[in-house]
Amino acid sequence: MYLSTIDRTAGPRARGRAFVAGNVVALGTVSLVTDVSAEMVTAVLPLYLVLGLNLSPLAYGVVDGVYTGATAVLRIVGGYVADRIRARKALAGLGYALSAVAKLGLLAAGRSLTGIGFVVAVDRMGKGLRTAPRDALITLSTPPSALGRAFGVHRTMDAVGAFLGPLVALAVLAGSGQSYDAVFVTSFCVAVLGVAVLVLFVRERAVVAPVAAPRPGLRDAAALLRVAGLRRLLLAATLLGVATIGDGFVYLMLQRRTELGLVWFPLLAVGTSLGYLLLAAPLGVLADRIGRRPVLLAGYAALALTYLLLAAPVGGWALLVAALGAYGLFYAATDGVLMALAGPVLPDTLRATGLALVQTGQALAYLVSSVLFGLAWAAWGPTAAVLAAALVAVVAGGVTAGLLFHKGQAA
Amino acid sequence: MSLRVRVFTLLAVVVVLATAAVLYIRTAAASRTPAVGATAPVTLDAAPVLLTVTDRHLATVSMMDPAGPRTVSAVECVRAYAAGGTGVCLRQATPWAYQLQVLDRTLTTVRSVDIPGLPNRARVSASGRMVAWTTFVGGDSYNSGGFSTRTGILDTRTGTLVPSLEEFTVPARAADRNFWGVTFAADDNTFYATMSSGGQRYLMAGDVAARTLRPVTTNVECPSLSPDGSRIAFKRAIEGDPTKGWRLSVLDLATLAVTPLAETASVDDQPAWLDDRTVAYTLRQADGRPDVWSVPAGGGGAPRLLVPGAESPAALGVPGGANG
Repeated sequence: MYLSTIDRTAGPRARGRAFVAGNVVALGTVSLVTDVSAEMVTAVLPLYLVLGLNLSPLAYGVVDGVYTGATAVLRIVGGYVADRIRARKALAGLGYALSAVAKLGLLAAGRSLTGIGFVVAVDRMGKGLRTAPRDALITLSTPPSALGRAFGVHRTMDAVGAFLGPLVALAVLAGSGQSYDAVFVTSFCVAVLGVAVLVLFVRERAVVAPVAAPRPGLRDAAALLRVAGLRRLLLAATLLGVATIGDGFVYLMLQRRTELGLVWFPLLAVGTSLGYLLLAAPLGVLADRIGRRPVLLAGYAALALTYLLLAAPVGGWALLVAALGAYGLFYAATDGVLMALAGPVLPDTLRATGLALVQTGQALAYLVSSVLFGLAWAAWGPTAAVLAAALVAVVAGGVTAGLLFHKGQAA
Repeated sequence: MSLRVRVFTLLAVVVVLATAAVLYIRTAAASRTPAVGATAPVTLDAAPVLLTVTDRHLATVSMMDPAGPRTVSAVECVRAYAAGGTGVCLRQATPWAYQLQVLDRTLTTVRSVDIPGLPNRARVSASGRMVAWTTFVGGDSYNSGGFSTRTGILDTRTGTLVPSLEEFTVPARAADRNFWGVTFAADDNTFYATMSSGGQRYLMAGDVAARTLRPVTTNVECPSLSPDGSRIAFKRAIEGDPTKGWRLSVLDLATLAVTPLAETASVDDQPAWLDDRTVAYTLRQADGRPDVWSVPAGGGGAPRLLVPGAESPAALGVPGGANG
């Protein structure tokens, strides 16, 4: 059984190797730089739309819907095209470049809501295209035994970028006399730097030795779903999506429970990313040592704990620190670890397609579950809804355990 | 390419990009119009003048000649309102944080309240006692992304602060309720506001002392009570769908009859009454420049450009001192 053995294949090749491959550090640097660029814009976009352009919040919601909805399905397209033309670096590069151009597009779009929506869609298209090829490059430059820490290091660098972005935006706003245009231009420059690092330092080794090997076709991609190991992981990713109710809800409940001043509300997200940032790499290393499946399941436990804390009869700073810590732990134990689990199950030739399938399954399930949670909240009130969510997380974790520790036929 | 060549190439790229960014930031900083230098004493005393925000500064113009010379103060606000000798100014405290300032007749700050999110609406009751504001808050919406609103009320006499109307009792207990656009009645206790819940927008009548709200009718946003207390000017979503824009309208509170006003452009603002027959509001040009317009409240006539290059109108000389 492939899945049950991958955790223990600490091959002899691992001896004397750097902590992570240079390529992973290069990809991490690209992600760090690109996230600085992306989060700069994310941080000021509401201000720009509402105060700069005086759009109503409704218009902002429309733009934001495009922002979040456009990526999920594109990931599969991006993954498949990258595998098909065997150019994961080129496709990831195209994705990064599209997002860079979109930053300048914000200047060109002016006050046109259609224009802004289009530009934002291009930006999201870039993100959708690049994610799966990038993760495929990480798995292809790392021995299976070290995938956990490779993704851990990558996600940490990614999170550092996301952390720095708003600070850089703040500095640019201060230095330019509150010019949003200056933030967009600077964000563009930073994004171009990310593309430059990718072009200069990320390498894609030929994964399929015989050039004559047929290019994977749509039929091969569809056949991926018959790989039992992937099917189980896809199901696990979907369950993970079902179990998550969304940051917005978590923070809203936390703010109400702790009576945190409304002004401090944005800091809740900062607390979570700080936890994620600090824990992603250590948990990745731990996943390589003790196995990825236990770490993934610990993530479910952390998620259920977060929800239970939201309903627990405690309050104040203790609740805030415990809940945000558990929530950050949940992200750190599941995000990169899931990719590390998926990598070895997939054939090299269809690595990006397979990773995209797993990510999209999770994303679509999450969209559905956040809507369902909203309905549960309205029908039963917040406490009952969050207790139900905890139950769903426990059940999803249990089923995932059953799926991943399955000892059935060979994959 | 050898590693050395690649590193030097990257350094060159960094230098070029950093230079471009720094040049742009410095150019942007230099091109910002300096703050208004010449200032004059603006007061909130009852007079036939209109208070507006002009280039982010509080300013007054004569109601006799609204397009004429204006008196600009040094007080910076994103959104403002005044009545009964009390002013409210929503201003930027830091690039990320906003503040509500309660101003006295001489524009001196008598109280500050930190407010979350982006300023949107501000109101003062006719007597000058009650103050209300609305901000957009990101991050806690119910469908990941998007905005929700926070509306607060301050009693300047007792100092009682209601940070969010969500604390008030509402018949339905929908979790996704949002409030915006408060307008006060003459008793300083009754008020009206918009509540949205489940995709529907309601006009709510509120009671500050009892901390309750009850629905009056639907599809009424940003209400503004007439000086005589009989009608509400508001923005009405076209065909009940805000994505199609809003028509400035007036609701008769006794009959709930709705009269669309002569302004056909989509108005996304809380109107303000100049007197019992006229409503003022902000309209934006294609480049975002705001202008204050007025239109008869009875439904006839035509819109009139009142103050070019201004927003947030508040008539300081409304008969009886009623608020908008």
